[in-house]
Amino acid sequence: MSILFYVFAGLAIGGAVGVVMAKSPVGSLLFMVTTLAAMAGTFVLLEAHFLAAIQIIVYAGAIMVLFLFVIMLLNLGHDYQKDLRGGAFAVLSFGVIGGIAGLLARQLGATGSLSGPGAGAIDAAIAEHGALGAIAEPLYTTYVVPFEITGILLLVAIVGALVLAKREV
Amino acid sequence: MITESLVLSAILFVIGTFGVLVRRNAIIMFLCIELQLNAVNLSLVAFSRMWGIEGQLFVFFVMTVAAAEAAVGLAIIISIFRHYETVNVDSFNLLKW
Repeated sequence: MSILFYVFAGLAIGGAVGVVMAKSPVGSLLFMVTTLAAMAGTFVLLEAHFLAAIQIIVYAGAIMVLFLFVIMLLNLGHDYQKDLRGGAFAVLSFGVIGGIAGLLARQLGATGSLSGPGAGAIDAAIAEHGALGAIAEPLYTTYVVPFEITGILLLVAIVGALVLAKREV
Repeated sequence: MITESLVLSAILFVIGTFGVLVRRNAIIMFLCIELQLNAVNLSLVAFSRMWGIEGQLFVFFVMTVAAAEAAVGLAIIISIFRHYETVNVDSFNLLKW
């Protein structure tokens, strides 16, 4: 279990570094798919089976294909020019991410090993309702209003994308 | 397991932040923002192992918003590309003084 987590973690970090460092946008995108798939693996290890499936279908499937379509549409596949910012800006960026990483490491180091009542509750819910029912039951009862608002958000996004991307007639 | 997941999430978030800061290609910057969203999702799933299923519901909503954001953001990139014939963000300097 633990070994598997480290395999997925390594894949995810390697893919993430690839996203930042790849020269062509298509390469970046394929590294991103690796990262997303590895993160779906960690979701499974954390007993979030539904989210792992959604991660593969929606993220690695739909959203990444949307990105690929845009790259193809704008003909950026041959865009091999070096576009990393250099000099002072890279140093500044390293400073910023070093600061963030330091704060995170300090916080995580201070809290030590984490645990709580959630694991038992989730395992019980999965045993009672199944992996899908465990997330569906609160989604359609307690959180049904945010869920419906999500539908409105998607509708607005569809209309907005159409208005922005269509050619002026 | 939870702590390791949080550390992985932090590392991925930092790499995503670095990508947004150093890349000039708008699409890759956008991919890095997606990477940051995913890192936060991972930490929410890890926290749901501590506090209950609500964390996973939150990830579900985050994914929906990310899908909407990807659609609108890519539409904006396409519409900018029509004007400038490039997605290099250094070329978009109309609001720069």
